[in-house]
Amino acid sequence: MEKKEISIAERILKIGVISWAIVLIAWSIVGYNYEEIFFPSPAETLRALIEIIQDGTLGADILASLRRIGKGWGLAIVTAVPIGLVTGHFKPVRLLVEPVLNLFRFIPAIALTSMFLIWFGVDDKSKVALILYAAFFPIFVNTIAGVVTADKSLVEAASCMGAGKLRVFFTVIVPSAIPNIFTGVRLGLGSSIICVIAAEMLVGGDGLGYLIQSSRMYYKTAWAFAGIFTLALIGFVLDRLLYFAGKKTLKHFGVK
Amino acid sequence: MYVELKNINKRFGDCQASKDVSFEIEKGKLIGLLGPSGSGKTTILRMIAGLEKQDSGDIYINGKLVNELTPSQRGVGFVFQNYALFPYMTVYDNIAYGLRVEGKDKAYIKERVTELLELVSLSGLEKRYPDQLSGGQRQRIALARALAPKPELLLLDEPFAAIDAKVRQELRTWLRRTIDKIGITSIFVTHDQDEAIEVADEIVITNEGRVEQVGDPVDIYLHPKTSFTAKFIGKSSVITDYRKLKGFNDEGEGTEAVIRPEFVELLTNDSPKGNDPSYEDAMVEQSIFRGDSFEVILDIDGLKIKANSPLVNGPLKSGDRVKAFINMIYIIRGEETYQVKNSSLDDSNTYFI
Repeated sequence: MEKKEISIAERILKIGVISWAIVLIAWSIVGYNYEEIFFPSPAETLRALIEIIQDGTLGADILASLRRIGKGWGLAIVTAVPIGLVTGHFKPVRLLVEPVLNLFRFIPAIALTSMFLIWFGVDDKSKVALILYAAFFPIFVNTIAGVVTADKSLVEAASCMGAGKLRVFFTVIVPSAIPNIFTGVRLGLGSSIICVIAAEMLVGGDGLGYLIQSSRMYYKTAWAFAGIFTLALIGFVLDRLLYFAGKKTLKHFGVK
Repeated sequence: MYVELKNINKRFGDCQASKDVSFEIEKGKLIGLLGPSGSGKTTILRMIAGLEKQDSGDIYINGKLVNELTPSQRGVGFVFQNYALFPYMTVYDNIAYGLRVEGKDKAYIKERVTELLELVSLSGLEKRYPDQLSGGQRQRIALARALAPKPELLLLDEPFAAIDAKVRQELRTWLRRTIDKIGITSIFVTHDQDEAIEVADEIVITNEGRVEQVGDPVDIYLHPKTSFTAKFIGKSSVITDYRKLKGFNDEGEGTEAVIRPEFVELLTNDSPKGNDPSYEDAMVEQSIFRGDSFEVILDIDGLKIKANSPLVNGPLKSGDRVKAFINMIYIIRGEETYQVKNSSLDDSNTYFI
């Protein structure tokens, strides 16, 4: 009996209701002790959220940000995956690329924002390019890892059955790399979201980053809070959706 | 000869995996490559398949020198120890893989896959994925996949190693039957002598990269030629001071001797026959119940010898005193081994069974 009670308590904890209650209570305590302009309470944030939903600002900004994420992240996937597959598969290419790659990985996209503005202009192009840059590396690095760690006995099994190099690449190497590619794609989505906000905060006229930045400038702190909360929710939902979609469709490739 | 290996040498860094390996295999035979782990048996198999290239020496398959051929050109089916099934393909696609490589048409592939699934008695599992199969089923699918392109030589690397004991037993007899049915020349690698003795037509014993002995299981069991084979095959006890034993006092030339449990006849102390002077006094040092008998380690004048005690002797425990008669031993002299019978067996006055 006792064991069962523990497992129920555990389950409630896992859902996160209690954690969120604690956060909300703490937030409320802090929020009610300060002005809205300095630190809005949960209720004030909710009110602001409803305001910006009703006047259409939030919807438009979400769409603007999502469009940029979609473009940049999508471009990153279609470039990083094939380049990563080839790089991972051909050792000379890998040995050539890796030293440079290992340095570039540590240059965050945000550090390049102003350069990208000069190179690509102040419109969407520079933001998309920035997201592409940010999402490219996790996908690229993981794709290479997936190729390199492909099960050698599967390659041998295929060659024993007469498969040539090209067939081995497409029927063994690529499918074997899929779990790692998927991990890279998920990490790339995370980077894209972080990056789009940073880019929009620095320049631009719409998007969630702009909403957060401009609200703060106009002393609409509650709007900024509403924007931040929306942002967190979008990131969480997108990642979950991607995770479940991957788990469902790529199960046999070993995506867990 | 269908498969021939001539003076094969192979080195991995500091490790000499094959030392002057030569043997021949007749068409249609099932060969067991038997040896302890690290003895180079898997390397031999991989070199025959073309997955590894020998440093020197020649390999012939069906009279053709295959040294320079890739695995795909050798027409060899290979079953891997860990099955190596493509986890992202269904059973059907796994078996069809080699046929698609050959560019066979759909109807033929379907027919052949169906036929193979019947052969391995797993019809109806076409749409399953490997992770939805048991270990034994996976191994059978791996076999079906290897057989699909109709190879002329089948190679199996420790085919039962990853399967639990009971299923392994069934799978062994099943494999033997299946290979007989299709009549394909096959070589399998194993470190389990029971497996090799039970399944193989012929056994190649490897040790430290060398071939120790080649022969049929009965021959190898009864007439081990080298000291390694004598010690490795059977549940052997190796003793140095064998001249202490009654009936072997005059056998002077060997350095060591090997005694198998079945050479030792064991009687309880109260058995009248045990009074015969050719029987040794022995003490049970360790006794393990095996269901059909007791597996014991005897102490005969300081020599530790493994023996089996039938259930009629009753349960034995350590410290019990018994009588033991040793029928024969293998005496090892240098690299050679010869068999010696208990001298009392030559004496017509001695009563024995």
